[in-house]
Amino acid sequence: MMLARTADNLYWIARYVERAENLARTLRVTDRLSLMPSGADTDGNEWHSTVIVSGAEQGFYDKHEEATPENVISYLAFDPENPSSIRNCLEAARRNARAVRTALTSEQWECLNSAWLELPRWNETRVRGSGLHRFLDWVKDCSLLFTGGTVATMLRRDSYYFTRLGTFIERSDNTARILDVKYHVLLPEHAEVGGGIDYYQWASILRAVSGYRSYNAVYREGLKPWLIAEFLVMREEMPRSLISCAAEIKDCLDRLGEEYGQRHECHRIAGQIYSRLRFGKVEDIFRQGLHEFLSEHIETNDRLGLEISRSYLLG
Amino acid sequence: MAQAIFDEMGGPGGDVRQAYRKLQAWLEETPLDILTLRREEAETFFRRIGITFAVYGEGGDPERIIPFDIIPRIIEAAEWRFVSEGLIQRVRALNAFIADVYGEQEILKAGVVPRDQVLLNDTYRYQMQGVAVPQNVYTHIAGIDMVRVGADEFYVLEDNCRTPSGVSYMLENREITMRLFPDLFSRYNVAPVDHYCDELMRTLTSVAPRNCQGEPTVAVLTPGIYNSAYYEHSFLADQMGVELVEGPDLYVMDDVVYMRTTQGPKRVDVIYRRVDDDFLDPLTFRADSVLGVAGLMNAYRAGNLNLTNAVGAGIADDKAIYTYVPEMVEFYLGEKPILKNVPTWRCGEKDDAAYVLEHLSELVVKEVHGSGGYGMLVGPKATKEEIEAFGARVKAAPEKYIAQPTLALSTCPTFVNEGVAPRHVDLRPFILSGKDIKVVPGGLTRVAMREGSLVVNSSQGGGTKDTWVLKD
Repeated sequence: MMLARTADNLYWIARYVERAENLARTLRVTDRLSLMPSGADTDGNEWHSTVIVSGAEQGFYDKHEEATPENVISYLAFDPENPSSIRNCLEAARRNARAVRTALTSEQWECLNSAWLELPRWNETRVRGSGLHRFLDWVKDCSLLFTGGTVATMLRRDSYYFTRLGTFIERSDNTARILDVKYHVLLPEHAEVGGGIDYYQWASILRAVSGYRSYNAVYREGLKPWLIAEFLVMREEMPRSLISCAAEIKDCLDRLGEEYGQRHECHRIAGQIYSRLRFGKVEDIFRQGLHEFLSEHIETNDRLGLEISRSYLLG
Repeated sequence: MAQAIFDEMGGPGGDVRQAYRKLQAWLEETPLDILTLRREEAETFFRRIGITFAVYGEGGDPERIIPFDIIPRIIEAAEWRFVSEGLIQRVRALNAFIADVYGEQEILKAGVVPRDQVLLNDTYRYQMQGVAVPQNVYTHIAGIDMVRVGADEFYVLEDNCRTPSGVSYMLENREITMRLFPDLFSRYNVAPVDHYCDELMRTLTSVAPRNCQGEPTVAVLTPGIYNSAYYEHSFLADQMGVELVEGPDLYVMDDVVYMRTTQGPKRVDVIYRRVDDDFLDPLTFRADSVLGVAGLMNAYRAGNLNLTNAVGAGIADDKAIYTYVPEMVEFYLGEKPILKNVPTWRCGEKDDAAYVLEHLSELVVKEVHGSGGYGMLVGPKATKEEIEAFGARVKAAPEKYIAQPTLALSTCPTFVNEGVAPRHVDLRPFILSGKDIKVVPGGLTRVAMREGSLVVNSSQGGGTKDTWVLKD
């Protein structure tokens, strides 16, 4: 048993940290992609795609006319008006952490507090050129330290499961978005990705989820969009795939259900999401349309988040 | 009152006092750059842990760390015995006074304390009249501010009966000193303080409300992370293993208080509240408060909840009431007060006001209801303009002010930019009253880091020291 607000804070700390990490990953591959010679077969604006992936389209274009690298980096990394900017995520995580610091282990707290102390040193000027990678690596390190610290130091009881739920609900959303942005260039079944920009774009999706080398280790047959989609949706050995997230979420909720001796609507939805991924066929997903599938997943995932809140976090 | 400044290490004659000899030797053998290094380590430690204190209304760093002076202050066993006996006596009298004010009002009937001073006081809560509180205790956690002006001369400067803060510094300062200077620490036989939180928990559970069945559920109520003492609130809740709650975490149904948990409502019996009376319950006090809980007072009056410290306890730490505490000791306990008050002029009284206005440049003038060193004039340190401006304020509302002579606060060796030098200090020990009354041997020593300054408040740039009470 714990204070509902504390559980809510833990859940959101983990979500914010995970969101910051995913943004950092996405920005990193976008930057890498923009260094490639642009081919004729692309709309040429990977920065625009990045804005869409991060779900910040509206806010961004209210403020900026064009998705230039400077504008996108400024908005997604630092803009105080963007509620999901990396800066806002890290600040919100630390603010929440401060409100529940006794529920955190000292490793978790010190990681978030150090990140917050370090954060003012980063700004638009400092991330010009090679500074960008140093910044994004730093963000990723903070997140890995927090997530690792959580697994390594937190007592396995409700507070742990709420924290982990935040990580996986957010990750599931982010992976789906990263994949969704490329649905429109999906090639016919079994076709291999050609050379040029398209190859880089698919590779960049894998890189954004630390899956480039893992993909090759699993498939050993070159980059194929269908396999990449399968890898990120249905392969449980891929830790950022939708099914991995679903399995973790289901597990956390099962543990909570056991600890509290009660199950809720969120348990049903989590089970449904998991079994669809576990027993579904990738062909069916493509028949339905990958974009439709991913949109629906993002929506169901949202609904799951709301149900978790309703059952536990509002008190 | 002694005017020569008493240095706790040096003593009046220049000889190093017994308790400080080993410290003196250690200071001599430790190079300054080691001290500098240790001070930096201490600061890093405080930042990393997030032991911060917000200062209101100044902008700048919202999470400032209070300067920590690495040189401990030492109090001998015999000195402490005297002080702690005095503290216990004083807090017993203060509790008796508050109980009386909200009960039969004998002391008012006897004319020992003027009726108007109490009943017209802003800190008096008529809502508490006739409310029975467990064990008849009102100020469960009291912090008594003391100053020392001579080897055997201690004065009480101020009683804090509402929500005194600083105890987390007493505990964290000890942690950090033991970590930084294990060699020095082991040369002394220092009485431990780390059982404070156990004692606090025992105190809180000993004052469970009358309708509580079984083991009481305790919670610490904080105004939230923007409160200046938030770190302390979370620290205490953590150490006691109880929930740290904010107003919206609680609700009242049928005069019972519940907290919202991941498993639904859970009944709460004792709330150690660090929210002021005014904000506790919008139905009873300020209607615009979002820090409190609607209906809390009903639960309190119904005997389903105890609040520590009690609502209305502030009547005993008002600066105008302070002047009557020695009389309270005699009135309620029939004893001679062990601890002395600083002689105080009550500007509400005509003769006193006239004297004060003529001697502003020699006196410390305080707002009766102010705290934390705000709204205060230190005559000898003030400019002519400041004195005139303050004088005008006193004339406009004399009853709002008291004045005291500028005390020659004792000094302790302190590590400042120029090296080790004497700086003025005070002392805030914490007294716990429940079924029993206890004082943990130690307290918060506050130190004015600027040379010659007498203002030790953390809101005014004061620092803190670890306070060592020696065992025989």
